[in-house]
Amino acid sequence: MADVQSIASPAIQAEDRAHEVDHPTSQVAKFGLNEPLKLDCGVDLAPFQIAYQTYGELNADRSNAVLMCHALTLDQHVANIHPVTGKPGWWESMVGPGRPLDTNQYFVICANVIGGCMGSTGPASTNPATGKPWGLEFPVVTIPDMVRAQAMLLDRLGIDTLFCVVGGSMGGMQVLQWTAAYPERVFSALPIACSTRHSAQNIAFHELGRQAVMADPNWYQGRYTEHDTLPHRGLAVARMAAHITYLSDAALHRKFGRRMQDRELPTFSFDADFQVESYLRYQGSSFVERFDANSYLYLTRAMDYFDIAADHDGVLAQAFRGIKTRFCVVSFTSDWLFPTSESRALVHALNASSARVSFAEIETDKGHDAFLLDVPEFFDISRAFLQSAGKARGLPGG
Amino acid sequence: MAVQEQTLPLEGLSPDRTGNYRSDHRLVAGMVKPGSKVLDVGCGDGDLLQLLESRGIDGRGIELSREGVNRCVAKGLAVVQGDADTDLVNYPDDAFDYVILSQTLQATRQPKVVLENLLRIGHRAIVSFPNFGFWKMRLQLLVGGHMPRTENLPATWYDTANIHFCTIKDFVQLCDEIGVKMERAVALDTFGRPVPLNLPWWVWNMFGEQGVFLLSRAEKGK
Repeated sequence: MADVQSIASPAIQAEDRAHEVDHPTSQVAKFGLNEPLKLDCGVDLAPFQIAYQTYGELNADRSNAVLMCHALTLDQHVANIHPVTGKPGWWESMVGPGRPLDTNQYFVICANVIGGCMGSTGPASTNPATGKPWGLEFPVVTIPDMVRAQAMLLDRLGIDTLFCVVGGSMGGMQVLQWTAAYPERVFSALPIACSTRHSAQNIAFHELGRQAVMADPNWYQGRYTEHDTLPHRGLAVARMAAHITYLSDAALHRKFGRRMQDRELPTFSFDADFQVESYLRYQGSSFVERFDANSYLYLTRAMDYFDIAADHDGVLAQAFRGIKTRFCVVSFTSDWLFPTSESRALVHALNASSARVSFAEIETDKGHDAFLLDVPEFFDISRAFLQSAGKARGLPGG
Repeated sequence: MAVQEQTLPLEGLSPDRTGNYRSDHRLVAGMVKPGSKVLDVGCGDGDLLQLLESRGIDGRGIELSREGVNRCVAKGLAVVQGDADTDLVNYPDDAFDYVILSQTLQATRQPKVVLENLLRIGHRAIVSFPNFGFWKMRLQLLVGGHMPRTENLPATWYDTANIHFCTIKDFVQLCDEIGVKMERAVALDTFGRPVPLNLPWWVWNMFGEQGVFLLSRAEKGK
């Protein structure tokens, strides 16, 4: 019977994922005790490591680097086969030869965020002091911490100025943090489907997800690895709830309606009678195979804390004062997680800061996830923005 | 009436590559000093902004329609989706050298407030609008007895976005009322040619199909 207890079968790729946490298949930058990451919570994290992927070639004057910032549960595997799931990269439609982020023109870098579980130091990583996973002993990280770690990685790679910083959702928050914290290092910025602060509703959804994880009897206060288990039910439920927020009513209706799964009549049970139910259960269980439960707690928390105006006496425009970066802000009509009104508030602040900003709202019923899906109008705008910015930057082919 | 000078500032405007620019756009662009910073309110497809940028002017745009914004961004222009009636309040004082309102005044809900905002945000404002005092308009209402429709304003009265039509005379009165200085005023005929300058004022109001005005804040105490 397909009840909630059987929605996840975490054993399949758990070993692969566990290996990736400390020994990623991608490139890794290791920072020693003398190069600590100064976290907002007051902790100096050292040693630590950042796992990253690159695509394309860095040009001679190092002016074509694009930093890709990934969303909550994604990682550095933008445009290559994922080492755990075996699936294509999460943004192959955007990044690659001839794509809007043309790897024949740009040098694209994507790093797994600090607190993640695909090779950058996070709660699943081995704590050098104990030899065991950090678990809840890992310090709480913020979006500014993630960006600070990325800046250290770029220093390591010898890249002073980024041609563009691109990202959606949590990635978009990092884009905004980059422009606020290092305006002189960012020539152009493409924040997508994001906001300058996480709303109360968004925090509420994240709390629901965290409570689901922590209510799982297999969670063991974050020490599940030592008990040789995983809070897979709680994490799957968290993912199911989050996944609904990434879609829209219209998209769910178009995809599933009230159609039944492999049956004509209801079973009068709690089986997944409806297609939408079995879809969500699949989303939940496949997520458990590739993601760490504690990492989910930490990264959702980082988004919750994000409020760019808070550091500037609540005046958003102050965060971007005198900024030279060229912006293109994009939102989607059916995104109710990061609605257009939030992007508009950002644009007003940028305008008030006299920044060179474009803003487009893309019409789609695909919801928040639209930025990861095939939305030609979005690709056209991204391509046009990057090309005009490239021209201003003096990049060939711009 | 406060029209002191009526020059035709088309000289100095380098010929464009295609020669396709609308004559009112070329006229407006000629009023803007190269190197300045300009906000085009209601920038449509961005044709005017493109012309301005080709002259080394730092241009920004606001456009209501999503389609217009997307076309502008695709052209590499810095344009945001927004509404002149509600969004101008968010712009700080003196943010731009010029604020342009091209063929948009008649579609705003509060033309007077919009005009005041233009001159608060910009040191100068350039406003162009269709002249409802144009003889064809008068004739249609007088003889035909129906709301006028022209090639440039083809919408019927019940489905037009234009809600506040005015004549050149009305606009000049509004400028007087809010204490705006008119630096330049040009009326364009049906073919986009300037109405001869030596003709009396009522001729403009009769034979100008559109008016183009360069405005600045009246100096206090004068």
